[in-house]
Amino acid sequence: MINKNLVIIGGGPAGLAAAKSAYDSGERDIVILERESVLGGVLNQCIHNGFGLHTFKEELTGPEYASRYIQEVQKRGIEYKLDTTVLNVSDKKIVTAVNEKDGLLKYKAKAVILACGCRERPRGGINVAGSRCAGIFSAGTAQKLINIDGYMPGKEVVILGSGDIGLIMARRMTFEGAKVKAVVELMPYSSGLNRNIVQCIKDFNIPLLFSHTIVDIKGEGRVSSVVIAKVDENLQPIMSTAQEIKCDTILLSIGLLPENELAKSASVQLSPVTGGAIVDENMMTSVDGIFECGNVLHVHDLVDFVSMESEDAGRSAVEYINRKSKPKRDYVEIKCSGGVRYVVPQYLSKSDKLDKLQLKMRVNNVYKDTRLVVLAGDEEIYSKKKQIVTPGEMESVILNKEMIEKAQKSDKLEVMLKGE
Amino acid sequence: MKKIIVIGGGVTGCSIARELVRYDTEVTVLERFNDVSSGTTKANSGIVHAGFDAKPGTLKAKFNMLGNAMFEKLSKELDFPFKRNGAFVLCFDKEDLPRLRELYDRGIKNGVEDMFLLTPEEVWDIEPNITHDIAGALYAKTSGIVSPYEMAIAYAENAAVNGCNFELEKKVVDIQKEGEGWKVICEDGSSYYGDMVINCAGVHADEINNLVCDKKLTIIPRKGEYMLYDKTCSFITSTTIFQMPSKMGKGILVAPTTHGNIITGPTAKDVQDKEDLDTTFEGLNEVYDKARKSVPSLNKKFVITQFSGIRAHCTEDDFVIGESDKKGFYNVAGIESPGLTSAPAIAVYVAEDIADKLDLKKKKGFVAKRKAIPHFAILPDREREKLIKENPLYGKVICRCEVVTEGEIVDAINRPIGAKTVDGVKRRTRAGMGRCQSGFCLERVMEILARELGVDFETIAKNESGKYIVYRKEK
Repeated sequence: MINKNLVIIGGGPAGLAAAKSAYDSGERDIVILERESVLGGVLNQCIHNGFGLHTFKEELTGPEYASRYIQEVQKRGIEYKLDTTVLNVSDKKIVTAVNEKDGLLKYKAKAVILACGCRERPRGGINVAGSRCAGIFSAGTAQKLINIDGYMPGKEVVILGSGDIGLIMARRMTFEGAKVKAVVELMPYSSGLNRNIVQCIKDFNIPLLFSHTIVDIKGEGRVSSVVIAKVDENLQPIMSTAQEIKCDTILLSIGLLPENELAKSASVQLSPVTGGAIVDENMMTSVDGIFECGNVLHVHDLVDFVSMESEDAGRSAVEYINRKSKPKRDYVEIKCSGGVRYVVPQYLSKSDKLDKLQLKMRVNNVYKDTRLVVLAGDEEIYSKKKQIVTPGEMESVILNKEMIEKAQKSDKLEVMLKGE
Repeated sequence: MKKIIVIGGGVTGCSIARELVRYDTEVTVLERFNDVSSGTTKANSGIVHAGFDAKPGTLKAKFNMLGNAMFEKLSKELDFPFKRNGAFVLCFDKEDLPRLRELYDRGIKNGVEDMFLLTPEEVWDIEPNITHDIAGALYAKTSGIVSPYEMAIAYAENAAVNGCNFELEKKVVDIQKEGEGWKVICEDGSSYYGDMVINCAGVHADEINNLVCDKKLTIIPRKGEYMLYDKTCSFITSTTIFQMPSKMGKGILVAPTTHGNIITGPTAKDVQDKEDLDTTFEGLNEVYDKARKSVPSLNKKFVITQFSGIRAHCTEDDFVIGESDKKGFYNVAGIESPGLTSAPAIAVYVAEDIADKLDLKKKKGFVAKRKAIPHFAILPDREREKLIKENPLYGKVICRCEVVTEGEIVDAINRPIGAKTVDGVKRRTRAGMGRCQSGFCLERVMEILARELGVDFETIAKNESGKYIVYRKEK
């Protein structure tokens, strides 16, 4: 058993930012455990640009953004282990990992930061009927095959789902000479960023079909066509609208799921809405000393926000390590209603002195001409006009010291949309 | 030395081959796919039936009972997953209770032990998630679950180690009389001589039979669709839950798998095409709705995959086992449920019968035991450490969801009748069978396959040879 003050699980953008800020907060006894053979996580396969506008005020590619943080970690001499998979985290913060060189590794940690990211929802998760042949990929898998391995998943493509990776892959496949015949979205709106719809779909005249889904996949051994159909308001396919599209490849971009198997093994309480842990303003989960940040906590659309959140988590973990007493769990619950689907964090300490608090949230539908409102008690402490809010774009509100104190005093904090 | 040809590398063919290699004879299995266990064997409920379903006096009843009793010893000897977990047959309607009683009586006639008729309260005591809309249930403790493809692979590997010759991608297109025996001709032009030819061709057993015999057979492909749930649903039941059977089959079941998932299905629909393994919108809805009749708390959200299999339903309505009207041509056909349960007993019977007919002697040096690929995920830490020390590749996790290491995958590829495709690796190691359904490990498994087989990455297939997963980028 190795004693370690801070074990960070995951060497992607979340883990790297958490490590950097933990170090800068004074902690030296840190290890990052990364299952891939390089640091950087999913950023390594995101070779498109658009990263870093908030953090670095410039447009970087994914690998460039990752390398900035990797350099920060290396400059500080923070220990990391590659090709190392964590098998289990116990509620006593014993982390069991494995790699080829060390065999089984057991760490006894004072604090653990779960920064393990998310995974893609597979075909099975949405019960698409049809052939189970080759040629059906999750969009991220296809991205890795093209950008890392240098192979093409196919030549004629239909994409189901308009999540960001799906949109980006529509453009990427087009660049590589494939024909993207359609992007098919079940909902009447996209779950991706507007800028991706413009830059990846509209700019290439790719048909984007809302309120449509795949009802059948045909192919012997390899995909030969898909049948798509319109859906009604209950999202049930209208079979009379079915049409067949010839293609050899289907990419699925039907949702990202925080990968919380380790959180579960540590008995961390999870939110049924985000799929991530329920955390307080320090990103601490229901288990003392276990923190979460990045896409394992809730799925972000911008890596910049992942980095910010993770730096908070890193700092908080160090504060926790240096504490003399157990943290008091005397909380104000942060609630959401009126079109706001979730808010992170879910709890605010009643006693901690804070200068600012960032609330991150997603709405459950497209709303136009609305206000994003925060209530402390019955008082509106924050209000901002919004021309449009969509489920695809994370909203964020920063509360100042005064607002936080009001919330702490009134014992009630709630975010909501209010129509005009 | 007498030569025996087994047509078909499903669980029936593989188990017969393994029982035959106990004798001094040359056994060749011809399989049309690139792997054994690729047809009906890979896609069924994986149930070791107690034996109350089959009509007394039928071969189904006989071999079900004999087979069921063999699984403890066999699963240890060949090291494949099996568990005797018990089964319910739910009766939803008071008026149907006499039919449940009939099932019980039939079980008694067939010799099923440890069988009880339970009140709803007694059922809920055992499985509290079963619907409250039941009038009673039959409970059969001797019912079990098995991993069907792992069982067939275990049989095949053990047969191979004992000298059986497996010829893959050999689709039989003709059988001609040659001397005392038969010349079996494959699509690629190759041919094999057998003093005895055993027809274990599953859904195609009628076509094979009809090449040779005067008495024709008809196999009706009967599709069954399934939905598989995430392991987090394993709490739902540890007992297999059937509904009252109908003439189309045993109905939709809810059962644990040996690996801790929950399986629901199958539908039963006669189809035209024997290769039609597509799932359907209607079929999946039926599976979902009917399974929820047994266990209302099942939630679609936790489904990780769907698949379908084809049953080889023979119009004879029983197993067809024995030498046909042509000497030296032996049928093991119509092996539908309880075919998996019966396979071990059928194999022993067929091997003994054929040994008798060909006057075969037992050979020396038969190795009965087979060791499975070690499953890192379920090993205690001490054994994990030992494995990694012997072979560091066991320290490299490839499939995250099922915690499958590179060591296991390399082993799966390099064993006798090793995996050649992504699905072949999956069936042997579970890589890609978890909740992300190979999203993360697909490309890594392909890399390992390419490296171990010494072929190009882009020639790796998911399942069918020649149906590639990726293309080389054009520069």
